[in-house]
Amino acid sequence: MGLLSSAVSMTRYRVEGKLEEPILETMAKCLKKSAIPEVDDDVSDKVVGWTSFDKPFNPDFEGSSFVIGAYFVFSLRIDKKIVASSVIKKHCDMEAARRLAATGRQYLSRDERREIKEHVINVLTLRIPATPNVYDLIWNYEESSLWFFSTLKSANEELETLFFKSFQLPLIRLFPYTAADLVMGLSDTQRDALVKLSATNFTE
Amino acid sequence: MLDVAVSYNRHKFLGYEYLTWLWFAIEKDQDSMRKLDREPLSMQIGNRIVLENRQKDTVESITIKGDDAGLEEGILALRKGAFVAELNLSFETGDQEWRFTIKAESLHIVGLKCPQTGSVNSEEDLEGAVLEKVYLYDKAVRLTDNIFKQFLTLRVSGDWDKKVVPLMRQWIYS
Repeated sequence: MGLLSSAVSMTRYRVEGKLEEPILETMAKCLKKSAIPEVDDDVSDKVVGWTSFDKPFNPDFEGSSFVIGAYFVFSLRIDKKIVASSVIKKHCDMEAARRLAATGRQYLSRDERREIKEHVINVLTLRIPATPNVYDLIWNYEESSLWFFSTLKSANEELETLFFKSFQLPLIRLFPYTAADLVMGLSDTQRDALVKLSATNFTE
Repeated sequence: MLDVAVSYNRHKFLGYEYLTWLWFAIEKDQDSMRKLDREPLSMQIGNRIVLENRQKDTVESITIKGDDAGLEEGILALRKGAFVAELNLSFETGDQEWRFTIKAESLHIVGLKCPQTGSVNSEEDLEGAVLEKVYLYDKAVRLTDNIFKQFLTLRVSGDWDKKVVPLMRQWIYS
């Protein structure tokens, strides 16, 4: 979901730690290193990488193209090739029939069937284009906060993994406890009390 | 700090209590709500509340939706031990309105609609549009942070058990 959409959903994170100086050069280097590769002519069924917010299908991290005002703005792109299971089954059956006819046999072994399936998946994956999914993010570097414009579990998990791999900085997801403990400015006494809380019963 | 996975599960109730308290505060304590921003604001329950009752190892879910939906069923669910799991809110300041849903378990902000912004026709417009959107999102985020902090301050104090819980019970059973 794009940050300029008429309605957005977001997951909030705290970024632990700081980048190596000079920050802009480090950012550009890390983004380029983990930029999304093209997968259309590849047998991979999924690739994940960074892309430009303004050019999601033509990533360019030259200069400070990922800086808008005081924020780093870029996107996570997940390209997936999805082949319907019915299509795989159809092609496996066709290939199995062809082999049986060619050899005059009545059955194929389990290994042969597995080999056919792998071959069919590879051929089909190569033939179909990947479907791209783009998720924008805004990183407020000074405040160590990051907004990711998706609440999808899978997209968030990909973000957390790629972010750490790219920048060597852990992302902490802000759910009620981590938000309370890390960003609400509670005193030490209040944080101690927070750890010891137990659930309230509102019923009489 | 506790391990993240441990704290997620052990303190899951925090988000549910927060949204249940927020519904109560909007209904019964608008004065506090108005003071949450530098500019005067009004906050209302929006068009959707989801409640969950997690007693007896099962999860019962009740959804109330509609612009003028009555919330009596929700109060009834609270009496049976349910908590608010998702709350749609709208707040206005001046002639601007924000609408969004907060989820109890994750604190996700979902379906956030901000006041209308200008259209994007050029690269220069894009930067301006992003900054304008960020400003508007930030307003909603800071407001929800202020509300959450207000809840937490009460929740970790002695006033929670002595004052807030009795008042909420009174609201639930009135």
